[in-house]
Amino acid sequence: MKKELIGVYIIWLRDIKRYLRDKPRIIGSLAQPILFLFVLGTGIASSFSTFGGGGGKDFLNFMFPGIVGMTVLFTSFFGAMSIVWDREFGFLREVLVAPISRTSIVVGKLLGGSTIAMIQGSIILLFSPLLKIPITFAIFFKVLFIMFLVAITISAMGIVLASVIKSMQAFQVITNFLLMPMFFLSGALFPLNNTVKWMNVVSKINPLSYGIDAMRTMILNNPALQLYPLWLDIMVLVSVTLVMSILGAVLFSRQD
Amino acid sequence: MNNTGANNNIIEVKNLVKEFKGLKAVDGITFSVREDEIFGFLGPNGAGKTTTINIICTLLSMTSGEVTLNGYNVARERNKIRNCIGMVFQDPSLDDRLTALENLYFHGLLYNIPRRTLKERSEEVLDMVNLSSRKNNLVMTYSGGMKRRLEIARGLLHYPKILFLDEPTLGLDPQTRNKIWDYIIKLKKSKDITIFLTSHYMEETEICDRIAIIDNGKIIALDSPDNLKSIIGGDIITILSEDNIKLKEYIKGITGSEVHDAKEGKIRFEVKNSSIFIPKFIKNSPVKILSISARKPTLNDVFLDLTGREIREENASARDNIRSRMMGRMRH
Repeated sequence: MKKELIGVYIIWLRDIKRYLRDKPRIIGSLAQPILFLFVLGTGIASSFSTFGGGGGKDFLNFMFPGIVGMTVLFTSFFGAMSIVWDREFGFLREVLVAPISRTSIVVGKLLGGSTIAMIQGSIILLFSPLLKIPITFAIFFKVLFIMFLVAITISAMGIVLASVIKSMQAFQVITNFLLMPMFFLSGALFPLNNTVKWMNVVSKINPLSYGIDAMRTMILNNPALQLYPLWLDIMVLVSVTLVMSILGAVLFSRQD
Repeated sequence: MNNTGANNNIIEVKNLVKEFKGLKAVDGITFSVREDEIFGFLGPNGAGKTTTINIICTLLSMTSGEVTLNGYNVARERNKIRNCIGMVFQDPSLDDRLTALENLYFHGLLYNIPRRTLKERSEEVLDMVNLSSRKNNLVMTYSGGMKRRLEIARGLLHYPKILFLDEPTLGLDPQTRNKIWDYIIKLKKSKDITIFLTSHYMEETEICDRIAIIDNGKIIALDSPDNLKSIIGGDIITILSEDNIKLKEYIKGITGSEVHDAKEGKIRFEVKNSSIFIPKFIKNSPVKILSISARKPTLNDVFLDLTGREIREENASARDNIRSRMMGRMRH
């Protein structure tokens, strides 16, 4: 048991060390959310006055938790998908022949990817004063908890996919056909309660919707923007996290 | 020859078959590796070398057959096997954003080496491959040869009973390749360890005690390098002449041996003793000889003799190329 925990720790530590040493990656992965928030967000917000209607400032605030969610989504997904090439060309092979179980590798990878996603998400949270959104320590830790749940869910989903699909080409396809729709239909960029029916239905099976809803409730505390009660958000997230993690561990342990 | 008592064998492979979607990558091979020997797997890319190694070291399941290592069953006792093997993979598996020492430290913890021992052993193995002075540098600053040396050092860190080296010199320049072999020979001299290596560089596998030549998933010969070379009648003669067809007929008549086409319009064949054969041959040849050379047989000639093909990558047939590419894709 102790040996397995050490295995988990090693996988986690390796991911963290790699992350902290890769400065271009840190900067690069923050560029996207910042671009979304301050360029796209500001642009869309100002277009409200062109097409009638106000609330541009409110829109930026609305989008902010969505961008935190987006950061967590992309960071944790790519972290988990690194298994695809790591297995072929890298360090993972070394871990696979070591005397530790596949489950420990999966748990280590989940925790490593999630830790990095939480760090990245927290950095985005630091921009809240620019939007004049007050974030107390209590709110920060609550949001951190949701980020953790979302990150584990998405990482586990990445591991499930990496276990089933093994080529780099397929990875590109998944990014376009799964990750982007998940992001667009999560309520990150626009409210889901006033959209067309099919979007509303799809968003209900998207685990990210619940994560972003929970973060929005915690950060903005505006009942008008809330889709589901907080307890429901958390329950859905915890359930999906458990199911995905178990599925990931089982699929990854299969030997071909 | 040596006694082949079953208890001397550290690896036993019986009727091993591995299919990838109907394609037989390993086609019913049986062999054993003796304790403390250097055992070599020799064959072209896609012959099934890496697949076999991956099965023995628990990375891949088998379609059928039986494999035991150090008395443990590969299908059932994976962790016991993982504890007693060291691996050096074909593709580097170091983390290039960690230092050499960190790579070793992680490895040591994975193999449950106590921290105090780990420190001593890290110094020991780094010293062995002459990397002590660079131990705190990130691996991404290392050259290809240094990376391979570090991988060998890491493979030895937990004192495995068997060290697997899958194409340890692949992609390295000749000088570096020689150095790697020097380290491997030094290692064998200083430790009681069984070494199982694969290569498609014929010359390099001559350091092995025994070699299995593998082609299209089958073992086509298994013996010591000298015995393998004695399969060839004697010396290899290569000739460039004005009329190869006529000369071929003539040679067949006087020696009785097969004559093959070789590179650059030359022909080649084997004779028992070239120093006696050549003067007589030149005197009596019905065709003008433009050049003639004789040499001792190499393992490459053995492979050519057994398969009718050369082993070298650049000479692999189109079918082999496709096969190796497909194998590459399916290797995980």
